Amino acid sequence: MASSDMNIGDALVTAVMGWGVVFLGIALLVLLVVLVGKAMTAKKPAPAAPVPQREKPAPVTPAPQGPKAPGAAGDLKLYDTPDRDAAMIMAIVADELKIPINELRFISIKEVHKK
Amino acid sequence: MNILETLKGLWMESGFMGFFRGDGWKSLIMIAVACVLLYLGIKKKFEPLLLVGIAFGCLLTNLPGAGLYHMELWDTFLDEGSEFYHSYGHILKEGGLIDILYIGVKAGIYPSLIFIGVGAMTDFGPLIANPKSFFLGAAAQFGVFFAFFGAILLGFTGNEAASIGIIGGADGPTAILTCTLLAPALLGPIAIAAYSYMALIPMIQPPIMRLLTTEKERSVKMEQLREVSKTEKIVFPIVVAGFVILLLPSTAPLIGCLMFGNLLKETGVTERLSDVAQNALMNIVTLFLGISVGATTVASRFLTLNTLKIVALGLIAFGFSTVGGLLIGKLMYKLSGGKINPLIGAAGVSAVPMAARVAQVEGQKANPSNFLLMHAMGPNVAGVIGSAIAAGFLIKVFGA
Repeated sequence: MASSDMNIGDALVTAVMGWGVVFLGIALLVLLVVLVGKAMTAKKPAPAAPVPQREKPAPVTPAPQGPKAPGAAGDLKLYDTPDRDAAMIMAIVADELKIPINELRFISIKEVHKK
Repeated sequence: MNILETLKGLWMESGFMGFFRGDGWKSLIMIAVACVLLYLGIKKKFEPLLLVGIAFGCLLTNLPGAGLYHMELWDTFLDEGSEFYHSYGHILKEGGLIDILYIGVKAGIYPSLIFIGVGAMTDFGPLIANPKSFFLGAAAQFGVFFAFFGAILLGFTGNEAASIGIIGGADGPTAILTCTLLAPALLGPIAIAAYSYMALIPMIQPPIMRLLTTEKERSVKMEQLREVSKTEKIVFPIVVAGFVILLLPSTAPLIGCLMFGNLLKETGVTERLSDVAQNALMNIVTLFLGISVGATTVASRFLTLNTLKIVALGLIAFGFSTVGGLLIGKLMYKLSGGKINPLIGAAGVSAVPMAARVAQVEGQKANPSNFLLMHAMGPNVAGVIGSAIAAGFLIKVFGA
């Protein structure tokens, strides 16, 4: 066996120390990331005080709600999109993403009309 | 004019004659190696973006008389007794095309620029959402230090062993940077081993995963990760770059560029720069890096017993990195009361995103409704940071 410029004892110490340094660095980083994360999530904006209204605003007409697609847990809203097209779109998206369709949540599907 | 003499002279001066002079036959073997690598890259799609370039560089450098790359110039560049020690001017004056491109490798520019692109393509969201997965990225550096120790046992010097060990980090640019700084003579075999094994991860990891985990552990479904805010994603690269570089200054080129690229992606105001980093810059640098690293596989340096040892140690490094990640994954499974799937530990090797995909595939084999990809991306990107820290440590210890 060829001889190295390092003896086995030194190599073992270096290897253990190296892995230890990686763990120590990562542990400190975890601590830092957790602290920063906590600071960020704790800073939730206080609810804005209600603005006194002098005039009653004109009533906003809600956008017409499209029919809900069957089989989408009742949450999916369709705008100008037939059920059949919506089902195909959802299947294509799931296939492209390689994610089972039951793992995805579709909120709404809307046909965009080009002017 | 004597036509016959002229033709004879042309033939004698041609590269073909070079194969029959001295060790010229070794070049033929290296050309065969280049063809095998081209086959693996093109037909088998083994990391083709880099392997095709490396293979073609290998082909060019071993064509006698081509003169694109001169190993002897780089020997004088590294020889402290030479008047051309660390003289890039001498390389520019005397070198061939690939010598000049190789300056980017030698100066550590290409790996760092590639890290800007990697950062711009990486989503640290899963890691921020579950910081515990950082530990899996650290655990998966086990193979680096195991292979380092193995290399010392096989008679490599400390610098060489450190460069070989870093193959276990499963991170090509990190391996190239470390090797360039510590053992440039081994760059060719180390780069080829690193990229070949990265491509072979779907074959190397699954048997180890099945060996070290039970069906019950593999089928664990993990809870959905919390949503990470845009601000958290912007602050993350700034905090990580600042902290890790202060802790280990030798990681600055890798971590600095990785986090810079990620910041470009996350700010939302530098889309153009992020796009350039992910596409144009990454592609140009990959092109130069591949061909210039491939050119270092000169027959006289590559066809040695050490190359075989490096290939074997590289495989050991990858295997034990996977083992380290899985064992800490199993520990976290126990500590969390069975909420963490230990398979995601194997994704701690930083081959992004292939190692995460392997965890996903193995998890779904055990439980078809299992969806581990996003959970595995956390350790996967932590592995990039972990391998940069491991490289920083080795460069600090052996580069002094």
